Amino acid sequence: MAVDVLKRVPVREQDPKVRAKNFEEVCLGYNKEEAVDEATRCLGCKNAKCVTGCPVSIDIPSFISKVKEGNIEEAYHIISEYSALPAVCGRVCPQESQCESKCIRGIKGEAVSIGKLERFVADWARENSIKPKKAESLNGKKVAVIGSGPAGLTCAGDLAKAGYDVTIFEALHEAGGVLSYGIPEFRLPKQTVVASEVENVKALGVKIETNVVIGKSTTIDELLTEEGFDAVFVGSGAGLPKFMGIPGENANGVFSANEYLTRSNLMKAFKDDYATPIAGGKKVAVVGGGNVAMDAARTALRLGAEVHIVYRRSEAELPARVEEVHHAKEEGIIFDLLTNPKQILVDDNGWVKGIEVVKMELGEPDASGRRRPVEVAGSEYVIDVDTVIMSLGTSPNPLISSTTEGLEVNKWKCIIADEENGKTTKEGVYAGGDAVTGAATVILAMGAGKAAAKGIDEFLQNK
Amino acid sequence: MFKIVKKQYLANNIYLMDILAPRVAKSCYPGQFVIVKMDEKGERIPLTICDYDREKQTVTIVFQAVGASTKIMATYEEGDSFRDFVGPLGCRSELIDEDPEELKKKNILFVAGGVGTAPVYPQVKWMKENGYDVDCIIGARSKELIILDKEMEQWAKNVYVCTDDGTYGFKGNVNDQIKDLVNNQGKKYDLVVAIGPVIMMKFVCLLTKELNIPTIVSMNPIMVDGTGMCGACRLTVGGEVKFACVDGPEFDGHLVNFDEAMKRQQMYKTEEGRAVLQAQEGATHKNGGCGCSDK
Repeated sequence: MAVDVLKRVPVREQDPKVRAKNFEEVCLGYNKEEAVDEATRCLGCKNAKCVTGCPVSIDIPSFISKVKEGNIEEAYHIISEYSALPAVCGRVCPQESQCESKCIRGIKGEAVSIGKLERFVADWARENSIKPKKAESLNGKKVAVIGSGPAGLTCAGDLAKAGYDVTIFEALHEAGGVLSYGIPEFRLPKQTVVASEVENVKALGVKIETNVVIGKSTTIDELLTEEGFDAVFVGSGAGLPKFMGIPGENANGVFSANEYLTRSNLMKAFKDDYATPIAGGKKVAVVGGGNVAMDAARTALRLGAEVHIVYRRSEAELPARVEEVHHAKEEGIIFDLLTNPKQILVDDNGWVKGIEVVKMELGEPDASGRRRPVEVAGSEYVIDVDTVIMSLGTSPNPLISSTTEGLEVNKWKCIIADEENGKTTKEGVYAGGDAVTGAATVILAMGAGKAAAKGIDEFLQNK
Repeated sequence: MFKIVKKQYLANNIYLMDILAPRVAKSCYPGQFVIVKMDEKGERIPLTICDYDREKQTVTIVFQAVGASTKIMATYEEGDSFRDFVGPLGCRSELIDEDPEELKKKNILFVAGGVGTAPVYPQVKWMKENGYDVDCIIGARSKELIILDKEMEQWAKNVYVCTDDGTYGFKGNVNDQIKDLVNNQGKKYDLVVAIGPVIMMKFVCLLTKELNIPTIVSMNPIMVDGTGMCGACRLTVGGEVKFACVDGPEFDGHLVNFDEAMKRQQMYKTEEGRAVLQAQEGATHKNGGCGCSDK
C-alpha cells in the first residue's frame, strides 16, 4: 500500500453505534503492517523535537526506526529504557500537546502517530511475552513506594532496574491507581493492559502490598524506623473529590465522578456477576468538561442512559482531550455548553428529579488568560435528570502529609517537592505526581516518578 | 489473603470472626473500622472493629447475614480466607485522646442497639482497661437478638439489657431504658455514646437533647473505598458535608442530619433486597429493625 506521507495511516476503531453499548476498547490499534507503514513516515530527525515533547524523553526516532525495520522486539527494549508503562501511555497520553505537537511532519501535514506506534510496540511485546530486563544484582538497599499509580509504578520500576529492593504499598485492593479505578475499560483495558503492565513492574523484582493505607495501617515514620526502608517515595495522587456546595448535592443519585468510575472500573459494577451495584440512571447530567467528565459520561451512556455534559464555558475551553470529546460526540453524548448548575432538585424520597441550570456567557479574560464565564440574568431552566455526576476535579488526600512529621504541604495540600529530584522537606522522603502537582496527566506523573527515582538513587549512593 | 482463625455464631444470623491481619491488629483502636472484600467479584463491605489482639495479630469483626454479600460471608469457615481486609480506617474514638483527668470525672453511658453492640464493645473494654467505669445499655427487639451481653459484663460497671417485647431484661426500647435510669433510678450522665441502627441513634439523640446530655454516634453510611476518595459516605453534620470514612465514623449526634442519612442508606435497596428483609423480619424492617420509632 502506498503511504501518503502527509497523512497518518488511519487507526481502526469500533463503530460508534456498536461501541456505545459495550465496554470493549474503542480504538483497535495498528496491526504490524499498518505500524510499519506509519513508521516509514518518520524522518528520523537527528535533533528530534518529538523527544523534547515527551516528559520521559523516550528516544522516539530510534524505536520508530526499529518498527520500520520490522524489529518490534528491539523497539520495545528501546522504549522500556525510558518508560515502564508504554501500553498505557500509548493510549492515554495527550500526544497532540506533547511528542506529536513537536513532530516536523506536523508542519505541512499530520504528525507521525507516535502514540499509536508506541501502543502497537507494547501490545506486540505483551502478545509475544517479551518482558523488560531485570537488574543483574541487588545493592541491598530498601525503598518504599506509596501508591501504585503511574508515578509509583515508574519510580519503583526505575529503582528496581538500578538494583534496589522495592516494595509498593497500595491502599486499594488492586494496583494501578487511576489506571485501575479511574480510566474506563473502553479506553484502557484492565486485564490485558493495566494488569500486564503491573506484572511487568513485578517482573523487575518489585513487591506490591495491597490493602495498606499509609497514615492508618502504618506511617512513613514507621517504614523508615521500624521496617528498615532507606528511602520513601510518595506517589499517593490527588484522589479527594470536589463538590460544588449547591443545594441538593447530597440527594440520592448525586455522585462524585470518582465514586461512579470506581464502582464501574475497579468494582466492575457494569458486569452482572460482580456484587457491587451502580445506579445507571435513565437521564444523566455530568457536570464538568475534563477527561474525567468524558469518562463518566461515556460510562453512563454504556449503562443505558441519555447523557448531558453540563459545562460552564464553551467548547474551545473544554479541558478534555480533543479525541475524547470527538469520541463522546460520535457516541451521542449531548453537550450543554455555557451552562452552570444552580441547584439539584430533589423528590420526597430524597432522589434527584432535576437540575436547575443557568446560561453563561464569556466575559473578560481572567488572570489565567481564560475568559471568565458570567451568568446571563434570568436564563435559569431545569433539565430533567435522575442522576448527576460531579466531575469538578480532585485534590490531594491530606492523610499522608498529616501523619508524617516534617513533611510540608502548600496551601492546596500538595506536598512540596523539588521538581528536579522529588526531594521533599523531610530527609529520605521523595514525592511526585498528582500528590505534588494536583491533578495532572499520567505521563507527567511518570516523569516525576522517574526524576524521583534518580533523586533517591543519588541520595542513597552518597549516604 | 486474610485467614479466618475463629468463627462463632452469636445469634439470629449474627456471626463473629477473628481475622489474621497483622498490620490492622498492630495499629487499630476502638471506633475504627475495616473493609472486607471476600473474593475477586465481591463488593467492599465496611465493618466496625469489635476487638483486636495485638499479640495474636487478629482483628474481630461481627456481621449480620442480611444482604446477598453478608450471606455468602456467613458461609466462610475457620481456615478460609478473605481476599482483602483493609484498615484500620476512620478516626479512633475521641475518648482515647481525651485528657485522663477530665475523662475520670465523667459518667458515661454507652447505648448499643442490635449488631451495634459489636462496635460498642471495644470502647467499653478500652475504658475499663484504662481505669474508667462506664454503664452500658444493650437493646434489641427480642431476646434472640441480644449479643455480647455476657462479654460486656466483664468490662462495664452496669449492663442493662432491654427488649421491646420484654422477652429478656427490661421491657421497652433503649430510650425507655435511658429514661428509666435517669428519671427513676437517679442516674446522671455527662456523655452518651450511642451505636446502632440510624433510626435508633436518631431517637436517642432526640431524647438526650431534651435531657441535655452530649451524645456521640457512629454513622454507617454506604461506602466504597473508605479512604476519602469518593464521597459515597457523605453526610451533613452541623450544616457541613463530611465524609464518614475519614472525618468519622463518630460524630456529635446532636449535629447529624439523620433523615438525610437514612434516605441515602436506601440508595441501593432493590425490590429483591426488601423481599429478603420482609421475609426475615416481618413488617418491622421498615423502621430499622428495633421498633423504637413506633413509640
